[in-house]
Amino acid sequence: MSQYKVVHCNINGKDVERVVDVRASLTDMLRNEYHLTSVKKGCEVGECGACNVLINGEAFNSCIYLAVWAEGKTILTLEGLEGPNGELSDIQQAFIDETAIQCGFCTPGFIMTAAEILNAGKLYSDAELRKLLSGHLCRCTGYENIFRAVKKTMYKRLGKEIDFV
Amino acid sequence: MFPERGKAGNMNKVGRSEVRVDAYDKATGRTKYYEDRMPANALYVRIKHSTIAHGYVTSIDKSKAEAIPGVVKVLTCFDVPDLPFATAGHPWSLDPSHQDTQDRLLLNRHVRYWGDDVAVVIAENEVAANQGVRALKVEYEELPFVLDVQKAMEDGAPQLHDAFPNNILKHTTNIKGNYAEAIKEEGLVKVEGWYETPTVQHCHIENHGCYAYMENGRIVVVASTQIPHIIRRVVGQALGRPWGDIEIIKPYIGGGFGNKQDALYEPLCAWCTTQVGGRPVRIDCSREETFVSNRVRHNIRYHIVTWVRKSDGKIAARKVDVYSNQGAYASHGHSIAAKGLNAFPQHYPVPAYEGNAWTVYTNRPAAGAMRGYGMPQASFADDANIEDCAIAIGMDPMEFRNINIMPKGFTDAFSGNTNYYDTYRECMARGAELIDYERKRKEYGHDTGNIRRGIGLGTFWYNTAVYPISLETSSNRMQLNLDGTVTMQCGETEIGQGADTAYAQMTAEAIGLKSYRDVHVISCQDTDITPTGTGAYASRQTYVAGFSIRQTADLLKEKILKYAQDVTRQSPYCMDIVDGNIIRKEDQKVLMSLKELAMTAQYNTVHSEHITAESTYTIRNNAYSFGCTFVEVEVDIAMCKAQVTRILNVHDCGKLINPALAEAQVHGGQSMGIGFGLSEQLIFDEKTGKPLNNNLLDYKLSTFMDHPRLECDFIENPEPTSPFGTKSLGEPPTCSPAVAIRNAILHATGVAINHIPINPHVLFAELTKAGLIHDSWRDEEGK
Repeated sequence: MSQYKVVHCNINGKDVERVVDVRASLTDMLRNEYHLTSVKKGCEVGECGACNVLINGEAFNSCIYLAVWAEGKTILTLEGLEGPNGELSDIQQAFIDETAIQCGFCTPGFIMTAAEILNAGKLYSDAELRKLLSGHLCRCTGYENIFRAVKKTMYKRLGKEIDFV
Repeated sequence: MFPERGKAGNMNKVGRSEVRVDAYDKATGRTKYYEDRMPANALYVRIKHSTIAHGYVTSIDKSKAEAIPGVVKVLTCFDVPDLPFATAGHPWSLDPSHQDTQDRLLLNRHVRYWGDDVAVVIAENEVAANQGVRALKVEYEELPFVLDVQKAMEDGAPQLHDAFPNNILKHTTNIKGNYAEAIKEEGLVKVEGWYETPTVQHCHIENHGCYAYMENGRIVVVASTQIPHIIRRVVGQALGRPWGDIEIIKPYIGGGFGNKQDALYEPLCAWCTTQVGGRPVRIDCSREETFVSNRVRHNIRYHIVTWVRKSDGKIAARKVDVYSNQGAYASHGHSIAAKGLNAFPQHYPVPAYEGNAWTVYTNRPAAGAMRGYGMPQASFADDANIEDCAIAIGMDPMEFRNINIMPKGFTDAFSGNTNYYDTYRECMARGAELIDYERKRKEYGHDTGNIRRGIGLGTFWYNTAVYPISLETSSNRMQLNLDGTVTMQCGETEIGQGADTAYAQMTAEAIGLKSYRDVHVISCQDTDITPTGTGAYASRQTYVAGFSIRQTADLLKEKILKYAQDVTRQSPYCMDIVDGNIIRKEDQKVLMSLKELAMTAQYNTVHSEHITAESTYTIRNNAYSFGCTFVEVEVDIAMCKAQVTRILNVHDCGKLINPALAEAQVHGGQSMGIGFGLSEQLIFDEKTGKPLNNNLLDYKLSTFMDHPRLECDFIENPEPTSPFGTKSLGEPPTCSPAVAIRNAILHATGVAINHIPINPHVLFAELTKAGLIHDSWRDEEGK
């Protein structure tokens, strides 16, 4: 196998292609080739969730996903969530409103998993939500305000009154 | 001078839950951390760490590494300058006896822990650098090692540093009254225990890293640090270069919690660039390296003897011995143990106190600063023993604390800190009411089945800033922009806690701007540009920056009103700045906006003025911050698992500058405290000294699943020494959760567990010892 390979994929709505090292992770490709620096490196072995992106709508730790596996896939990073004029999505706004952001390093990964959860269109229980979000580590927030942000947005999207928290 | 000072109580820009100034960028992932600013041509520096716990490097064979394509240079412990340096993020002391211990080199021949730095490989890409590290052949002369703090003090124990016999870095005492006499009183109840807290790590999600390059003959280091100005000094000392030769740039950082209040790899990185002609070089710690080769929290063992008078529930005398496990290098050293030692007689003032603290080198990773700086350890031991005292004399633990805890009006002779209010009792009363403590204290604690409920309490006090132990200073620069906004800079860094937002609110308040959004805080510190400040630590930022913000704002205001005098023909005494306008005080008439004033001042062809102000405030105050934690637990006896079902912190940190951000600080501290109490610990192999769980899978950091809802409340007694009535909150929330958990488990099960984390392994051993784990009760339950 050659050391390098062309990877064609769709990133944040745009069809792109780039030659990458076959040993590179998707994190490396997104950060180094496409300058998508919202993709953060906290452990590089799939423990912390900071590098989380959506691949065909599903959340993955991009650090343990080879770049070459992205061939033909549709990838969404946090940069792809905002509108063309910098408009925030509801979940990004909720993270701001609920003071769910401190150092900001785990934030992009958390928001992408939250996006996956919200896109399911389901009403999850508190316990289910906690489990779905448990692939991410955060040392600043104790997860409390992140939980509020995701739960409030879930209720809002479903047009339901919140029984809160 | 002329401007009227804003008074606490009349303030309206502080005390509001404003959105963080950096929220939008962080919510969109635009915020740039050190690695996001990396020069594309930076060479990779990867470190060869020792694979023995103690010994000497006898030789390093570089030939295979140097032959790898892409490897640029290999540097070893035989190449570094012989300039021992200290790494602690303390302000420099002009008194040599108070300077930090200079006990490490950039790379070490005498390796003192598993993971010590012995060589680096510099390469064009990461793969080559890592291959180079693996290809280095290091020969050692192995020496015996010691991991236990008290064993390291014994005669004949392996010696880590020649200058410190029996590995004792420092021993201090704290004596009040006459302990030997006091314990002769008849009828005293003696409560004695050994208490121990583990080695844990900060686990900020962004690992430490940095890059360095040379520009016009000077060294520039961009680093994930909390303390850029201190790092400049340490890099200068480690490399033997003039400090003005060094420029440190601190971008946004992904958390610090004290680990980055230390010179980590900035000095090594700075030296590496000088060895490759000034080309940019980068060091990026892996998670595994961060756990071992950065800093950890001191593992501390306490022996406490308390003598209690049964008649009135008062403590008559106390003896405390502190054994602090420093690890291989001094870093912050004895400061941590000493802080705890001196905390006891302030927390519970007693007529007779005899305290000893030893900080001792061992062959573990170097321990440094970590959120709480010795107080989570001391609070655990202190309030565990206090709980045992209450139980020993049959008194409710909260009542016992109310009788013995630091009273209103207490002043510490050393720091001058005063408890101006009856804060402790207020915090406990508020918490007890919110969590329904008294009812639950009676109701719980009697369960006999598998699930047993308990409720417990822990208290703490914390300092604000470091006066009078070391220099406490803050500098500030403000500039009036042409649109009437103000740009502000200071050296007290944003590390995630929200300091920049608090500064914006305080600056808007002090000048009289319309909104905190009219203040542009320059978040990125650059030691060439930013006024000198010592950084983010000691929960000092909001308190100390408050002094220099108030002082500099007054200077700026004076200049603005003096210029306005020419334009408006009004006396500065009659004018003020309100909501971004210059007004006449008597009739509140708006004379002109700050924007008009700034434009006029800048473009006046006769008298042009760029209106700026800069000043330094030397703080000679400190402030007690107080609080408590209430915890409810359910202990599953069969599973040996304690679950926190409710946790509530109540804090008095003075007036809140931003209540929403304050609450968020408390959540993070509670989370760290829960981990400290129940799950976190770095484990070492007794046979090799090798760390066994230095990754985020095996090191049990709390996840989303491990917390109940985190609750908090505040008692806002204004701090009289602060221009904004505020004091420390960053570290305090971490101090009391672990002991509250321990005390709740004691209430639930009757078993007093004196070492944390209280994980299932520990619970199994302790519950078995107490006779609670046996086969028969399960059958009885089934009947």
